[in-house]
Amino acid sequence: MTSTNAWTPRIVGDASEHPDDVAGSAPADGIETVQLLDADAHQVRHPSYSPQLSADQVRDAYRTMFLARRLDGEGTNLQRQGQLALWAPAIGQEAAQIGAISALRPTDMVYPSYRELSMAMHRGLDPVAIFQIMRGITHATWDVEALHFGLFAFVVGAQTVQATGYAMGVTLDGADEVVMVCLGDGATSEGHVSEALNFAAVYNAPVIFLVQNNQYAISVPTSGQFRGAPAARAAGFGMPGIRVDGNDLFAMNAVVAEAAARARAGGGPTLIEAMTYRIGAHTTADDPTRYRSREEEESWAERDPLVRVERWLREQGTADSYFSDLSDAADDLAADVRARVLALTPAGITELYDYVLAEPSDALVEERAQVESYLATLEGR
Amino acid sequence: MALQHYRLPDVGEGLTEATVLNWLVAEGDRIAVNDPVVEIETAKSVVELPSPYAGVVAGLLVPVGQTVEVGTALIAVEDGIGAEAALANEAGAGAMPEEPEAPATQATLVGTGPRELKQTRLPRKTAENTLAPPPPPEVDVRTLAKPSVRKLARDLGVDLGAVTPTGPDGTVSQDDVTAAATQQGGWTGFLAERGETRIDVTGIRRATARAMVESAFTAPHVTEWTDVDVSRTMELLERMKTMRMFRDVRITPTLLIARAVCVALRRNPELNSSWDEKNSQIVRKGHINVGFAADTPRGLVVPVIHDADTMSTYDLAVAINELTATARAGKTQPAQLTGGTFTITNIGVFGIDAGTPILSPGQAGILALGQITKRPWVVEDRVEPRWVTTLAMSFDHRMVDGAEGSAFLSDIAAILRDPGSTLIMA
Repeated sequence: MTSTNAWTPRIVGDASEHPDDVAGSAPADGIETVQLLDADAHQVRHPSYSPQLSADQVRDAYRTMFLARRLDGEGTNLQRQGQLALWAPAIGQEAAQIGAISALRPTDMVYPSYRELSMAMHRGLDPVAIFQIMRGITHATWDVEALHFGLFAFVVGAQTVQATGYAMGVTLDGADEVVMVCLGDGATSEGHVSEALNFAAVYNAPVIFLVQNNQYAISVPTSGQFRGAPAARAAGFGMPGIRVDGNDLFAMNAVVAEAAARARAGGGPTLIEAMTYRIGAHTTADDPTRYRSREEEESWAERDPLVRVERWLREQGTADSYFSDLSDAADDLAADVRARVLALTPAGITELYDYVLAEPSDALVEERAQVESYLATLEGR
Repeated sequence: MALQHYRLPDVGEGLTEATVLNWLVAEGDRIAVNDPVVEIETAKSVVELPSPYAGVVAGLLVPVGQTVEVGTALIAVEDGIGAEAALANEAGAGAMPEEPEAPATQATLVGTGPRELKQTRLPRKTAENTLAPPPPPEVDVRTLAKPSVRKLARDLGVDLGAVTPTGPDGTVSQDDVTAAATQQGGWTGFLAERGETRIDVTGIRRATARAMVESAFTAPHVTEWTDVDVSRTMELLERMKTMRMFRDVRITPTLLIARAVCVALRRNPELNSSWDEKNSQIVRKGHINVGFAADTPRGLVVPVIHDADTMSTYDLAVAINELTATARAGKTQPAQLTGGTFTITNIGVFGIDAGTPILSPGQAGILALGQITKRPWVVEDRVEPRWVTTLAMSFDHRMVDGAEGSAFLSDIAAILRDPGSTLIMA
């Protein structure tokens, strides 16, 4: 890191030099987009940030990105085959996710939204745990404390309030931890997200708000979502707001590393707006061709984060065998996950009572007994 | 060997049915898991379905164009698992009620939407129904037949189990059922042949119906006609065909009519407007986006060329060529169907002179181009054979009056009569 200077507010430049605020082009608000590796995999010099990842670290990161993308496709297929109720693809956002989480320590708490498959895999979560949610078998069941990875949040933006609260707790404990919370461009319209940002700034909480701006809140483009971009709004809350090329693994990693170092040193929260694009649908229940043009999709396909990293790795002399082995490993993983997902069966309705309270109350015990005795009167049980 | 059936899942959230648009595989094809097999259209989207089974396609069970409910078997795949494995599977499934047609028994099929809800309530245990034998299956599961054939058999009162199957893989075909019905008694067979057919209204047919009703019963239509001598336009077209710059594009009268419409719309912006009932406003459009009604295998679609007035004649020709080819191939993207401000429909291609075109909802005008034929025409007191067409234009009388509509149609007629007049008008 070449610079962890105290933050100074950025001056909004002349909007006229930028093209329209069409999804896919640079927003016309004059905020710089940090980039270290451009779409043609050429390194870009930046005055404040420099690449922090070694070739081996990039290979590890690419591996997770690649495996996650393969599983992501399997998720959509399984939904189309009636095996999952829903799937929310993250294809296209892998660099934003892996670049960010690889800049943290394994003990730093991460709060995901519901699209962070690759981050979960980075933390060592068995991906079947996510498929199980999408199959409607149960709620998330992983050990949040062990993985330092929160449960998927389906209430849009709710995780930001939890993250701020957790980070305030970190300060009270005097611990050496940083919290990162993931949200989307759409979530920034939620009232509680503003509350989370304000509290984080007021309490100088060590939390990073990672806004993956994938250009659409379901079908609503950012032009219909806000006038002040998330990166610009950070100044109003009193924290640094940094916009990054979210499809650039190196830039994502460097910017999050800087924000984490600042937070760890008592410098408070940071908002990072990662400019990215979900190549797939919002979920399997919508049809993006109804609200996006083919030209726009193609222009983002050219900026595919995996293609960019693959090019860089090949230029660094990574052997073909690395890529073919990885592709085989991905197919094996997908087949294994498919088989295990097909074998998943519901745990039964009374499982609901297992997770309400750590020590069940008398009322809960009684209600559970009532439900069980009712179920015993039914056939087929 | 085990026959696996891929059933229509709920690909959205709470969808109950879908229409089969296109089969991507054929009987006898070898497929792998996740190979796309069929394209379906739901109320929300058009999606390709990937096969959950590997093996050989044993049967496509739903014909193209048919709308079926979630849970209906779409395709049968022979998965090549040996007889012993199949037996073991059966033994394992022994605890399940034996009724493969009912999706409720497919415990793994989760994305099947609300349809199953009606079947999920379990009956209460009583002394009586614990002893009662299991209810008979709704359909004869030993007989293989497509859903459409089952329905036909039901409609004609034919017992499927009694029909000799002659279809592929021992399935009962439609012909088997009609033959059986004819044998059963002359009248049923006769009625099947002569009776009415009921066609489900879905997809583009439904969209067209809705748009036409909305337009016809909200916008008061006025239609005006004029016959035009287009001989000079036809001469110009012939000249263009010999020009080097146009050698790789198809030049049609529609191209020059589109140019004429663009020029006339600039001079008569009332026709390039829409009606905003809510705000009591007429919205004058800044862009001229021309829609072209196209008859495609999937029905009537109106793809739009945006900012057609800013294009060179060559670019417009290319755009029209591409748009027509895309529409005929059924590949028009939804985004290409929106944003139109004026529509051209060419009914001349069907050999028709004129008609009353109905406006695309929200637009102020639509021009119907009739066939261009040699007709007797009076030229300086002599009758001469000339190339003549009839232009018919409807406009929305809420925002366009007769004077403006007439001026617009006269402009188009003047340009086609003398293409050189665009130099003066444009």
